[in-house]
Amino acid sequence: MSSTSGVATGEYAQGEPPLDPGRRKSLHDGSGRRAALLIGPTILLLAIVILYPIVTAVSQSFTQDAGLDPSTGMFVEGGFAGIANYRLWLLQDCGGGAFSCPPGTLGSQFWTATGVTFLFTVVAVTLETVLGLIFALVMHRKFKGRAILRASVLVPWAIPTAVTAKLWYFIFAYDGIANRVLGTEILWTGDGWAPKAAIIIADTWKTAPFMALLILAGLQVIDEGVYEAAKMDGAGAWKRFVFITLPLVRPALMVAVLFRTLDTLRMYDLPKILTGGAGDTSTLSMLVVDQVRSGFHAASALSTITFLIVFLVAFIFIKFLGANVTEQRAPKARKAA
Amino acid sequence: MATASSTATRSGKNYTSSGVEIVQRRRPLATTLTYVGVVLICLWGLLPFYWMIVTSFRDVGYTFDSTPWPTHVTLDNYATAFSTERGNHFGRALLNSLVIGAATTAVGIVVGVFAAYALARLQFKGKFYVLGIILGASMFPGVALVTPLFQLFTDIGWLNTYQALIIPNISFVLPLTVYTLTAFFTEMPWELEESARMDGCTPGQAFVKVILPLAAPGIFTTAILAFTAAWNEFLLASQLGGDRVQPVTVAIASFTGAQPHQEPYTAVMAAGTIVTVPLIVMVLVFQRRIVSGLTAGGVKS
Repeated sequence: MSSTSGVATGEYAQGEPPLDPGRRKSLHDGSGRRAALLIGPTILLLAIVILYPIVTAVSQSFTQDAGLDPSTGMFVEGGFAGIANYRLWLLQDCGGGAFSCPPGTLGSQFWTATGVTFLFTVVAVTLETVLGLIFALVMHRKFKGRAILRASVLVPWAIPTAVTAKLWYFIFAYDGIANRVLGTEILWTGDGWAPKAAIIIADTWKTAPFMALLILAGLQVIDEGVYEAAKMDGAGAWKRFVFITLPLVRPALMVAVLFRTLDTLRMYDLPKILTGGAGDTSTLSMLVVDQVRSGFHAASALSTITFLIVFLVAFIFIKFLGANVTEQRAPKARKAA
Repeated sequence: MATASSTATRSGKNYTSSGVEIVQRRRPLATTLTYVGVVLICLWGLLPFYWMIVTSFRDVGYTFDSTPWPTHVTLDNYATAFSTERGNHFGRALLNSLVIGAATTAVGIVVGVFAAYALARLQFKGKFYVLGIILGASMFPGVALVTPLFQLFTDIGWLNTYQALIIPNISFVLPLTVYTLTAFFTEMPWELEESARMDGCTPGQAFVKVILPLAAPGIFTTAILAFTAAWNEFLLASQLGGDRVQPVTVAIASFTGAQPHQEPYTAVMAAGTIVTVPLIVMVLVFQRRIVSGLTAGGVKS
């Protein structure tokens, strides 16, 4: 495609003689100014809506809420709190040393919430990846009625998460269809493993098809010739899958896994509406919202911790697991044309 | 692809036996498996949604009937969903969601088109960092915005206003529009813009007269994705909104029944159906576009 190469070489490759270095430089500068003008509004908006809140949250997390000081009984106007807000969460220190938060308080729920958030992420994303890959392999085959398949795969994606949560809440009701079909009398929104399973099932239902679409896009850019060659050499279907499909689809797969992982780490709507946090299903995001009611500054510390966890996981994915987010766009964009 | 095929050939050679014959004999089985897979995937996507529709038509007394089709069919649940008797404002919430979704999409698209044009078309220093910032913004956990925005909006008296819900939504939608549009713009036939310039158009004219019409399908697709994302938002709306500006997601989650603690399942399923059906129709009509938009942007759902 000629347009792709035109974009890659940019402004001065077309029409302008690249002989005069001075002229070339000035054009480059002009382009930069135009770019700044065009991108400016986006950056400005993101700064207002994201940068400002981050800076506020981080600075707030090191100060204390205005209120009565329990040790003196005097009203205090906030002030520097050091890492007290972080000690509250990480060490469950409610003012009397490590693990002094009584059971049932929000402070004591931090590690449970972290654990369950990671549990959801690991189990749901694994299920979604495996199912998404299987779905994508089926969808990649040539057959009649692909349009119907694509549309039905988009249905779970199109339903708002809040509605999805209500739908599964109904399916998992005590008299609901899940118990009828399974012949069980499980309290899906009660205690133990059941509410966790309910959330994971609902999340997997909603997003495995989305995963399949991203993986399918990766499958479609694989050159058919590679498979033909392998077939000639006698590689069976399994061998072709393991030694051709998996390595070549890996970049698309990694990006899909990264996006899903970050989405699941910040999950809020689904568990909030489906179980309301029953049976230790409160995620970190839910804990932050619960804390907002009883103290902004501790909530800020917790949201900063959540942000750092998400950031760290993204960093690990991009740095060590080879999820190449910026370059991945190239083959995908080609497919979109 | 030369290197890729040679590696494949090499790895293939290690495992030659009577593989070719096996592959050919298996074909009918593979076709059958494909169709079984297709049916299962369709059921996966459609069954729970179908169950929502079936339930929405059941008389309340038969909420938990397990027949696969509606028994005691009624439209009462749809009337209940819109009724304001129990303090539910579903009709109003629908309008609110439309307003919030439309405003968010409009800002996201207009601002996003400029940025995406620059990212796809211009060479400039720091392009990589701009992409990184926008991508980083899309990965940002929404919950980190709750506390600061709640305080800010309390201070300036914005709680329970449309702008309090629209502005944070922009932070979710903008990275998505910039990313998706950049992917579309990279594919555009920019030679046409060059020739428009040759014919005497200013850069602005060339963009508006030549490129924008060509970009319309991509922009439209991106608008669908942006609107869907805004329509879905729950977390910030539930914290920063109030009755007056409550969107449908929050309204559905907080639906109350005739008596306290009574779950109005059938009414909620009716409300869910109303909220979802327009999106499903859109998906059916534009499925090819939506898939290309989703995979081009590759950003969150």
